[in-house]
Amino acid sequence: MTRLLKIVSCSSLRFFLQMRFLLLFSRQGKLRLQKWFTPLTDREKKKVIRDMMMLVLARPARSCNFLQWRDLKIVYKRYASLYFCAGLEDHDNELLALEVLHRYVELLDKYFGNVCELDIIFNFEKAYFILDEFLMEGEILETSKVAVGVSLEEADTLQETMEEYMSKPAY
Amino acid sequence: MPAVSKGDGMRGLAVFISDIRNCKSKEAEIKRINKELANIRSKFKGDKALDGYSKKKYVCKLLFIFLLGHDIDFGHMEAVNLLSSNKYTEKQIGYLFISVLVNSNSELIRLINNAIKNDLSSRNPTFMCLALHCIANVGSREMAEAFASEIPRILVAGDTMDSVKQSAALCLLRLYKTSPDLVLMGEWTSRVVHLLNDQHMGVVTAAISLITCLSQKNPDEFKTCVSLAVSRLSRIVSSASTDLQDYTYYFVPAPWLSCKLLRLLQCYPPPEDGAVKGRLVECLETILNKAQEPPKSKKVQHSNAKNAILFEAISLIIHYDSEPNLLVRACNQLGQFLQHRETNLRYLALESMCTLASSEFSHEAVKTHIETVINALKTERDVSVRQRAADLLYAMCDRSNAKQIVAEMLSYLETADYSIREEMVLKVAILAEKYAVDYSWYVDTILNLIRIAGDYVSEEVWYRVIQIVINRDDVQGYAAKTVFEALQAPACHENMVKVGGYILGEFGNLIAGDPRSSPLVQFNLLHSKFHLCSVPTRALLLSAYIKFINLFPETKATIQEVLRCDSQIRNSDVELQQRAVEYLKLSSIASTDVLATVLEEMPPFPERESSILAKLKKKKGPGAVSVTELDDSKREGGELNGGGDRGPDTASTPSPSADLLGIRSAAPVGTAQTNAGSLLVDVFSESGPAAPSAAVNDDGFLRFVCKNNGVLFENQLLQIGIKSEYRQNLGRMYLFYGNKTSVQFASFSTTVSCPGEMQSHILSDKPVEPLVEGGAQIQQVLNIECLTDFSDAPLLNIKFRYGGALQNLTLKLPVTINKFFQPTEMSSNDFFQRWKQLSQPQQEAQKIFKANHSMDTEVLKAKLLGLGTALLDNIDPNPENYVCAGVIQTKSQQIGCLLRLEPNAQAQVEETHTHTVTAKCVRSHCL
Repeated sequence: MTRLLKIVSCSSLRFFLQMRFLLLFSRQGKLRLQKWFTPLTDREKKKVIRDMMMLVLARPARSCNFLQWRDLKIVYKRYASLYFCAGLEDHDNELLALEVLHRYVELLDKYFGNVCELDIIFNFEKAYFILDEFLMEGEILETSKVAVGVSLEEADTLQETMEEYMSKPAY
Repeated sequence: MPAVSKGDGMRGLAVFISDIRNCKSKEAEIKRINKELANIRSKFKGDKALDGYSKKKYVCKLLFIFLLGHDIDFGHMEAVNLLSSNKYTEKQIGYLFISVLVNSNSELIRLINNAIKNDLSSRNPTFMCLALHCIANVGSREMAEAFASEIPRILVAGDTMDSVKQSAALCLLRLYKTSPDLVLMGEWTSRVVHLLNDQHMGVVTAAISLITCLSQKNPDEFKTCVSLAVSRLSRIVSSASTDLQDYTYYFVPAPWLSCKLLRLLQCYPPPEDGAVKGRLVECLETILNKAQEPPKSKKVQHSNAKNAILFEAISLIIHYDSEPNLLVRACNQLGQFLQHRETNLRYLALESMCTLASSEFSHEAVKTHIETVINALKTERDVSVRQRAADLLYAMCDRSNAKQIVAEMLSYLETADYSIREEMVLKVAILAEKYAVDYSWYVDTILNLIRIAGDYVSEEVWYRVIQIVINRDDVQGYAAKTVFEALQAPACHENMVKVGGYILGEFGNLIAGDPRSSPLVQFNLLHSKFHLCSVPTRALLLSAYIKFINLFPETKATIQEVLRCDSQIRNSDVELQQRAVEYLKLSSIASTDVLATVLEEMPPFPERESSILAKLKKKKGPGAVSVTELDDSKREGGELNGGGDRGPDTASTPSPSADLLGIRSAAPVGTAQTNAGSLLVDVFSESGPAAPSAAVNDDGFLRFVCKNNGVLFENQLLQIGIKSEYRQNLGRMYLFYGNKTSVQFASFSTTVSCPGEMQSHILSDKPVEPLVEGGAQIQQVLNIECLTDFSDAPLLNIKFRYGGALQNLTLKLPVTINKFFQPTEMSSNDFFQRWKQLSQPQQEAQKIFKANHSMDTEVLKAKLLGLGTALLDNIDPNPENYVCAGVIQTKSQQIGCLLRLEPNAQAQVEETHTHTVTAKCVRSHCL
């Protein structure tokens, strides 16, 4: 009897979902990127975004990177002016999630070269593509920086010069 | 100047983004956006065909506007057009737009599915990956139907590129989560397991998420993955930090894969095969050993990755709960982390130790860290760490250390964050009661609690202390003396006055011998607080006064005078006035004997379990996203049953599990087992035979099977209205209790219980107000989550006093399995194909019944729609028949359900068939 209960309580017949959402927002509370791995209505999304900013931006410096929010574990980390914030299921691994965030920053950095917030604002679609190469369905798709880099380069074979760029219409 | 763009920069987009950033005000921004929207609209509508680049640019602008928080209602078609472009970047933007702005327009979905189909068969790996990503991002039912059979094929095909395999694995995971009934297991499953052996680490990493999910649902079919996972893990753990090249992360070999392997193993009990088990134990030991080695890098990423694996290994050790050696080592390791300079590690160590504390092997080892944890509670700067420390103290508490822990928690309370005070108060109250050896300590603790955090002491807590004092002779004198002393404080909390009034009213005589606490002194002390108190407290004090008259005849004159004064006998509050009048009268006409009988000491309370635990339970699950379940989560086990549960002292203390049951104890014994099979039949007959039960009133119940709002119950006193809404496996029900009389209902309380297994979990936000004024209406909100299929509806028990008589009423709450239906559209072909697949006896049910009403088409249609399914037209060759399809959403699974209703007008007979995918569902829902 005890045994049975134990199994139920550990696997508890629910899906292990690595991540429920990933948000990027600035210190001023501007949302820069949102990715949802679980279906939510727009209202719920807005509420989550508001709550996350309120909680995370209010944290004093050098606090720990984890929070409990409702039944989710919140893992966040600040890189320069940007906060990276992920919501995890209760039994997920916080440290690993922290490294997921870091790996994402590394990938952005590798792609943009010294990535800054402006890069993400002006190339938001690229930030999404890079995330897609790396995470899918809230699960790690590819952990190798080289492999992700390769597929991004493939996508970017179409290089252009500044001149070509400036000759494009500006409207 | 816009930031430099790479590759395929869209200059127009960059300019637009700069413009938006330069807007000085919100109004200016909206103006700019509206201008842009008008521009894009005209371009899209214009006669001139747009080239791919312009289309991409405009779609991207729309996307940007949407991400700024504005609604976008056009551009979908242009995005779909981009999907068929040959240019990668155009296709990519098209897919991004569709993933972000999902649209359920079926014509559009058809086009999208077509484009995806083309890309999947293109054999171009980058295009295939884009298509797979889109399926995973949208993950709708329609997509699942279109691709659920295709994707496993791609996944296991020999010639599929590795990157495509990775995407296919996670895409399939998504489809399996959203529509498990459509992902049919087949010969591909065994090949999926063998992906664990794949050469390519990326493929293994992606596939293992899928395997973990499938194993949870079908543990037997995937059993072989255990030994494969162990050998893979063993290879990684023993590899040198450079062996895995790019999969080494800051000198840690494949941390993600290691953690996922350890997670997969947590779906299973310890391996039975000795060799496999030995190898696994070796791995776990190696991981524990590595934690002691000096770090290979000073970077935090190195230690994070290393410790992530360590914590995952500890989770597995706790899950197995069978290796005392490893458990103790894990505990010691966590003990080291408790004093680590990294706040993150201290936080996680406290969190993991909570679960270790509930294992009999490691409970003692956890206890040795008590000083460190107490220190953390006192000195941590971060409130979330302090919270974890408090949780751990609660979990490690047992009889041996209860006094120390309770004292520390009490002193922490004085400075605790407001947000966690109420929970702390409940925890202290529970520990004090659970581990009270001498009850004077218990009384002291609770009174301290009221003194320190009176505002956060809920009714349950102070009711409980009174119950215990009344039930235990040995503590009554002490309690009277202590409250008397506590009341001496110039400012004491109102809850203290309540407890003091009650206890002195009952047991004041036990301390009356001492001239310092003579009857009159006691009375004056209580009365000095009277004017500062709220009405309910004053009412309680009046009762204490009349009890004083009985206990101490010498106070009679003084008290009568108090009762007689205008502020009592003419008090504007009806309750107070009534008490004053009645008590005054009682004291003047009743003889001493009568008085003694009427005002006799309270009889002991029936020994029932504490309601405090129930309250803590409720606090723990405040989330609207999902509600914690009673039996389910590990954390619960750790905190509520922590420590004492396994120890030998459990027998003499109230069992915590019984406490938990307390809130459900209202589950009636003789509940009418409404035959679920008659559910739909009853819907069609409206007045189907009521369940033969005196206790449960379910007259109103059946009317709600097909509707969500209305009046559930009405009699001369009370009307109960319901408004409810359901979405997927969650529901919210608003109950409106209307008092139809002109008299107040007192002690109004409601309890909701789920009979049988707890299958639909219900949690009310807060208890209803105990008083319902005449003519007034009060509202209660219930949050409902369907955990798995069920047949018995939850019961609502309502108790209240009307004119002194206790009214007790039990109703069935109209929560039926069909509320969690999500309608599903499908084509005739699909329908009959699925219909035929579901032909095993336990997958179908058929019922022929006589219609009680004339079979009006519109009425029937309305009822079938009300049932929650989609009513599908043009499916059945016989137009007379009705065909429905839906998916029952529960927390644990989704159950597809197909239904046909064949009316036979001549015979007034109707025949229904349902086909569903699981056996259990049919039982509960056979129609």
